[in-house]
Amino acid sequence: MSDQVLVLTGFARDLRAAGVAADRTRLTTSLAALTHVDALDVEQVYWATRVALCSEPDDLPRFDALFDTWFRQRPPALPGPAALTRAQRGQLRPLIANAPGDGQEDDDPLRTAATEAEILRQHDITELSPDERDEINRMIALLAPRVATRRTARRRRGGNERIDVRRTVRTMLRDGGEPGLLVHDRRREKPRRLVLLLDVSGSMSPYADALLRFAHAAVRVSPTRTEVFTVSTRLTRVTRQLRLRDPELALRAAGRAIPDWSGGTRLGESVRAFLDRWGQRGTARRAVVVLASDGWERGDAELLGEQMARLARLSHKVVWVNPHRGKAGFAPATGGMVAALPHIDELVAGHSFDALRNVAEVIARA
Amino acid sequence: MQPSSFANPTAVSDALDRVGYLPDTGVATAAYLAIRMARPLFLEGDPGVGKTALAQALAEITGSQLVRLQCYEGIDASQALYDWDFPRQILHLRAAGEGADTTALEASLYDRRFLVARPILQALEQSPSVLLIDEIDRADDEFEAFLLEVLADNAVTIPELGTIRAETPPLVVLTSNRTREVHDALKRRCLYHWVAHPDFAREVEIVRRHIPEVTEKLARDVAAAVGRLRESDLLKPPGIAETIDWARALHILGATGLDADLAAATLGAAVKYHEDEVRVRRDILPQLAEQLR
Repeated sequence: MSDQVLVLTGFARDLRAAGVAADRTRLTTSLAALTHVDALDVEQVYWATRVALCSEPDDLPRFDALFDTWFRQRPPALPGPAALTRAQRGQLRPLIANAPGDGQEDDDPLRTAATEAEILRQHDITELSPDERDEINRMIALLAPRVATRRTARRRRGGNERIDVRRTVRTMLRDGGEPGLLVHDRRREKPRRLVLLLDVSGSMSPYADALLRFAHAAVRVSPTRTEVFTVSTRLTRVTRQLRLRDPELALRAAGRAIPDWSGGTRLGESVRAFLDRWGQRGTARRAVVVLASDGWERGDAELLGEQMARLARLSHKVVWVNPHRGKAGFAPATGGMVAALPHIDELVAGHSFDALRNVAEVIARA
Repeated sequence: MQPSSFANPTAVSDALDRVGYLPDTGVATAAYLAIRMARPLFLEGDPGVGKTALAQALAEITGSQLVRLQCYEGIDASQALYDWDFPRQILHLRAAGEGADTTALEASLYDRRFLVARPILQALEQSPSVLLIDEIDRADDEFEAFLLEVLADNAVTIPELGTIRAETPPLVVLTSNRTREVHDALKRRCLYHWVAHPDFAREVEIVRRHIPEVTEKLARDVAAAVGRLRESDLLKPPGIAETIDWARALHILGATGLDADLAAATLGAAVKYHEDEVRVRRDILPQLAEQLR
């Protein structure tokens, strides 16, 4: 018996390392479940532990791979979680190559007129020195993107839209059945869901850190109504990781979860994966969707166009954040951008703190 | 049949089979454990894979009543738990007239007969029962917290009446379509099962069970075609419900097997999006015709 406890505890720990929420409660449940089935029959053990330890479809492939190594003595079908973690560790440091020289900045006429902070705010994030970056990161953490509201089916007291029969009759009852004042109710408003799709491919890597910080701020404001995904060659959901309170820890956790950091871009396929697995079921419905990318599409631009059209039909508003939008001489000419342009509601910049603040405002107005 | 009379997952599997639900090992084990451990069963899966049908079948094999609570945005306790029948209470007051004894009248006002039991209270009052909480992801997260409380106690306290406790706790089945992530606190209490699409042989068998009139060949052709559609990356891959609908539509047309013309004419039974239909007609039907020949 204690042997079983030992094995399952170790198994659950490996599952947790692989990102499955196999916590102590679930471990206890799995032990209880095992007492009801034939513990010598691998199939029964498989199902009993699976129903107890898993809690979402994304867990299943990881569970299957680990179950095979633990109980079926087979080599794992997936790369081990530890190897994956090591390869990605440290990739979330501010992705800045070198700070610009001082001489160049002294020529800047704005420098004398504006305060340091103001310059910092308008500067392209990639051109900041590490210290300035820390400052900006703190400022981003304070950005709290609130989302516009929508009317819901639920009603609340007040207004003069409709008579609230329940409350009116309840008042009558209290007064011994005497007809009294009519109570009215009105529709309740609720913030819309916010979905952030962040491109973390190679061409976007200078901005990815700031965008993830922005996403973290958004998740902090409304943890249950914000969803964050990263896109590159594949789609990764990082909402769970970004719910960690501390930005550094959250970003590190997100970095570990993203397998295709600084990879190529397959925007069309990633957006389709998002819509198939999440968007169409409801995540994108009535939501404000923000897609941050430079539109460098390595895959099929036509597919991206189709998928953006689908996204536009499902969601309330699609905002495209393109860091290059803030640069002089920008024209939305990359293949992906051109294909997506007809289906987006707003195209905004995202290269500096002020630009990110503008994104927050656009979201609030949506 | 008493819940405890199931000795192992196979017994549950056989019982489900007898009432017309063909489970795979996973479903049978999950159901067996839910019954034995008295834990809620949390089912996820593509629409139309038979999550609701499983709850119905479970009610049948445990000899209990199925109580269904369909969730929607804005659902609250008065729609899920209980509500007072205000018009009847007013009538009662009026009928009593002026001279009635106020204390007795007040007491009689909050009597069980003026209480409208909504699904959760119904499930607690009728034992044994299976409580199906359908599409929990559509409800708000406040509702989950409320649900958690009821599921933990298997009892409901009505301030005016007292506590109503279930004799035997209902077997709770929750389904979700994943439009929103359900809170971990709720999931943690449940046994989680992802309901997958059935394999070919099981799907053929399911079709034949539901529509005994169809020929073996038609059932096999339709199951093969549906399997092919599921692999083709459609916006909405057909579920078992669609397979059955499609087979039924073909049977009504007098078909004994599937061919390209019949498939094209009845495609609407299996494919529900215009984009999908265009793709299937252009790319998949020609291949399918080859395959069926």
